[in-house]
Amino acid sequence: MNVIRAAWWIARKDLIVEARSRELIYTTLFFAVACVLVFAFAFVQDGRSLDMAPTGPIGESVMPISVTDAAAGILWVAVAFSGTLALGRAFERERQSETLRALLLAPTERTAIYLGKLVGMVALMLLVELVLVPIIGLLFDAPIARAPFLLAALLIAGTLGFAAVGTLFAAMLVRAHSRDVLLPVLLYPITVPVIIAGVRGTAAIFGAEPNLDAAASWMSILIFFDAVFITLALWTFAPVMSE
Amino acid sequence: MAASSAIDFTQVELTDVSRHFGRRRALAKTTITFRAGEIAGLFGPNGAGKSTMLGVIATLVRPTGGAVTYGGASARSLGDPLRGRIGVLGHDLFLYGDLSARENLEFFGRLYGLDRLGDRIDSALSAARLSERANDRVSSFSRGLRQRLALERALLHLPRLVLLDEPFTGLDDESTALLSARLRQLRDAGSIVLMATHDFENADDVIDRMICLREGRVREIPDARGNLRARYRQVMAEAWS
Repeated sequence: MNVIRAAWWIARKDLIVEARSRELIYTTLFFAVACVLVFAFAFVQDGRSLDMAPTGPIGESVMPISVTDAAAGILWVAVAFSGTLALGRAFERERQSETLRALLLAPTERTAIYLGKLVGMVALMLLVELVLVPIIGLLFDAPIARAPFLLAALLIAGTLGFAAVGTLFAAMLVRAHSRDVLLPVLLYPITVPVIIAGVRGTAAIFGAEPNLDAAASWMSILIFFDAVFITLALWTFAPVMSE
Repeated sequence: MAASSAIDFTQVELTDVSRHFGRRRALAKTTITFRAGEIAGLFGPNGAGKSTMLGVIATLVRPTGGAVTYGGASARSLGDPLRGRIGVLGHDLFLYGDLSARENLEFFGRLYGLDRLGDRIDSALSAARLSERANDRVSSFSRGLRQRLALERALLHLPRLVLLDEPFTGLDDESTALLSARLRQLRDAGSIVLMATHDFENADDVIDRMICLREGRVREIPDARGNLRARYRQVMAEAWS
């Protein structure tokens, strides 16, 4: 059986199950929005964004930061935290009734399971980001319409890289007792390059002096990380799933 | 029919198969052969290694030592299509509660790349006597109904090797009789059926061979010496005392 076709059937099944239960989308979205709101309480006052100007030892401003710069970081923090929540549940459903074993018994390459789960996770995270980005624009005056396609591409590439690693770790930890604790501990150090590239690329778009060339460069770096992470995950998934 | 039907075998052979989980020994140098056209019952106390043996034969659990061959070929040499010839009914039922009975069968049928899937699903639902509840979510089914559906899910791709873990769990008398008839049908069709169970009464009607497992070691019980439970107790007392 074609791996891509099998992956599609697994992703489709996950999306149907999620559309019916709405368990992950609601919890992930709620967590992401709550995360952004917490930052908004710190950075927005009386309906206006506060400018942050860290001061040096003698009280002089050393590096003025616009709140729109911080908005890029806040967006990616919300994506990473809510994504971790979703990834933690990626294989949890397959533990109920041990359907993971049924998937492993299918006469197809086991990487199809990984790809199917990855597609489902990326779709879910992008759906959350679709709500998150306008909220960021609204609360932090972030110019989300300045380069919409580049911003979308950064989010897609960043989400793919983050989910690629997270889906593999979620699979590795599916039988671990402390998987909820271990997942972020393993995931964040590995995905730091993705988060940094996402934040820097998004900040280059949101900045007072936008630099779209820089954003495009960060985008290229993200694509490189995606290629590396997905290749490594496809290579290691089948051995990881053997008992 | 799926491409995996190109692979076929009439016996499964375990040679010196061991499986250890840390210091615990689940299977210890087990050597046994299962042949087409027979139903083998696997008995033993909890933790004896029955599920491990089923997992090893199903290719889900990698043996620590020894070899499992399917018609003389290893799982590695046969590759992924081998799994298309194996049907497993686990103690957990391998069904998605948020999908309907039909959707569950359709999903697994697609994964196995089956042709004439609509006809197969209709036949499976009919065999499970769930045609009228085909579009109900599995989460609304009783354990017995799920068990019937799970059996048909495991048999949807007409496997040569059928592995059943506690297949009688949750079934009423009528369903038990139907399952027994289904197992005999599989045997007559040339399937290799291996069933782990504690249900001596129901197994008594269908099994051709009785195999006992304890502490990872296998002991085959000769046939025609009283009822299953009595034979089992006798072997347990003699062989492992």
